[in-house]
Amino acid sequence: MKVLVAIKRMVDYNVKVRVKADNSGVDLANVKMSMNPFCEIAVEEAVRLKEKGVATEIVVVSIGPSTAQEQLRTALALGADRAVLVESAEELTSLAVAKLLKAVVDKEQPQLVILGKQAIDSDNNQTGQMLAALTGYGQGTFASKVEVSGDSVAVTREIDGGAQTVSLKLPAIVTTDLRLNEPRYASLPNIMKAKKKPLEVLTPDALGVSTASTNKTVKVEAPAARSAGIKVKSVAELVEKLKNEAKVI
Amino acid sequence: MTILVIAEHDNKVLAPATLNTVAAAAKIGGDIHVLVAGLGAGAVAEAVAKVAGVSKVLLADNAAYAHQLPENVAPLIAELGAGYSHILAAATSNGKNILPRVAAQLDVDQISEIVSVESADTFKRPIYAGNAIATVQSTATIKVITVRATGFDPVAAEGGSAAVEAVSAAHDTGTSSFVGEELAKSDRPELTAAKIVVSGGRGIQNGDNFKHLYALADKLGAAVGASRAAVDAGFVPNDMQVGQTGKIVAPQLYIAVGISGAIQHLAGMKDSKVIVAINKDEEAPIFQVADYGLVADLFEAVPSLTSHL
Repeated sequence: MKVLVAIKRMVDYNVKVRVKADNSGVDLANVKMSMNPFCEIAVEEAVRLKEKGVATEIVVVSIGPSTAQEQLRTALALGADRAVLVESAEELTSLAVAKLLKAVVDKEQPQLVILGKQAIDSDNNQTGQMLAALTGYGQGTFASKVEVSGDSVAVTREIDGGAQTVSLKLPAIVTTDLRLNEPRYASLPNIMKAKKKPLEVLTPDALGVSTASTNKTVKVEAPAARSAGIKVKSVAELVEKLKNEAKVI
Repeated sequence: MTILVIAEHDNKVLAPATLNTVAAAAKIGGDIHVLVAGLGAGAVAEAVAKVAGVSKVLLADNAAYAHQLPENVAPLIAELGAGYSHILAAATSNGKNILPRVAAQLDVDQISEIVSVESADTFKRPIYAGNAIATVQSTATIKVITVRATGFDPVAAEGGSAAVEAVSAAHDTGTSSFVGEELAKSDRPELTAAKIVVSGGRGIQNGDNFKHLYALADKLGAAVGASRAAVDAGFVPNDMQVGQTGKIVAPQLYIAVGISGAIQHLAGMKDSKVIVAINKDEEAPIFQVADYGLVADLFEAVPSLTSHL
């Protein structure tokens, strides 16, 4: 079966971001960009499904600036077969991304679509669920285990109190949680080979999708800083401070 | 303006996060209706009817809603929600699972995990693991929003007297089915609602050593949390993870033991009122956010702390 994986280019998770002085957003000039960590897990899961003989082809798609081709090449080096970039310079909302992905799903007809559970820049946690709504497919969000058998997929999900397993009819949408797998690294020969794999570039217009949004970011501020704390010398002093100064115990 | 709040429950008990969500709805202003979708959830609807500020309870009792499968619940919410100005749910795993599906069905953008209400159409929410706060304005006719519980003080669970109205609409799309679940058992307070949280990280070294934290937590009546490192190493189950991708907590007192303080962990706890860090590495980033830091070996400090209480 064909598996579609959606990935996002964003600021590397180790970078401590700074808010711009004019409060228009976060300063992303000259910071390291990477593939969203949850997307890496999604790519890894697709590659494992192919290694098990369940998946026959892996198509990886990204929606973003032309520089997102770097992350698509990374995914190709990890084992994806071909890539699609829907080029859009502006920042899109999750709904706009879901609509573009729906157009790609209509075109590619995958049996399984794997996304990360959330992008660590917007922290929205929406796109997979929205794509499931638009396609009418079942959704297995926050997946820690994915097992395809016949025309259905069993997804074990991380929920607040523990774990839950649901069975979805294929085609279906899965979003990955941290515990699904341990993503591999791309080897140098595979990075070289990835350069020759096909990468198609599309535009929202070509897909006939409007990316208009009902949400507007008015401003972006730095969070309130915590006042500096103190170091205590002993456990007794700590208990005394918590009882008499902070009054929390 | 009428606001629809989606109740969080397990068919028996109303989850506390619903009270924080109703508080957010009250800040927006307008009539507040609460939807209880489930199976045999009459007792939950009765509990919701008593919640302060709720004017009507909608009870959709149907086998299709028994396990809150989004494929079935989202069409119900989208159908009922069409007549409302706002649809709110707690940013729990259920709320996060269901509400974006509702938003897409209504063709509106969602606003996730708001921490404050500026006006009926403008909200604040953290982005980049809490390292920036975005103010977002929505022009959608129906505003679909998830609420971070720690951003709002809960409303009183008693004092209201709303009428319960049965909703007959049944949606069963048949695209998904519930197979089973495994819930972690704990006698300690629930992590996201606890007044005191004691968390352990990689420095605890193994699962058995968590007993030191349990002893301390029991003395304090606290919940026990963990960093991703402790979960990945298998010391504790992953529903104990505090952080950007785990649970967001804001207790009165947060005690971080053997946790270095990575950005992703701080995202889940830096709104705690008082933060205590116990770590033997005095350069650990956790000390930059801690109100009280103790540079010490946790295997001596934690039992000593327990005996001092």
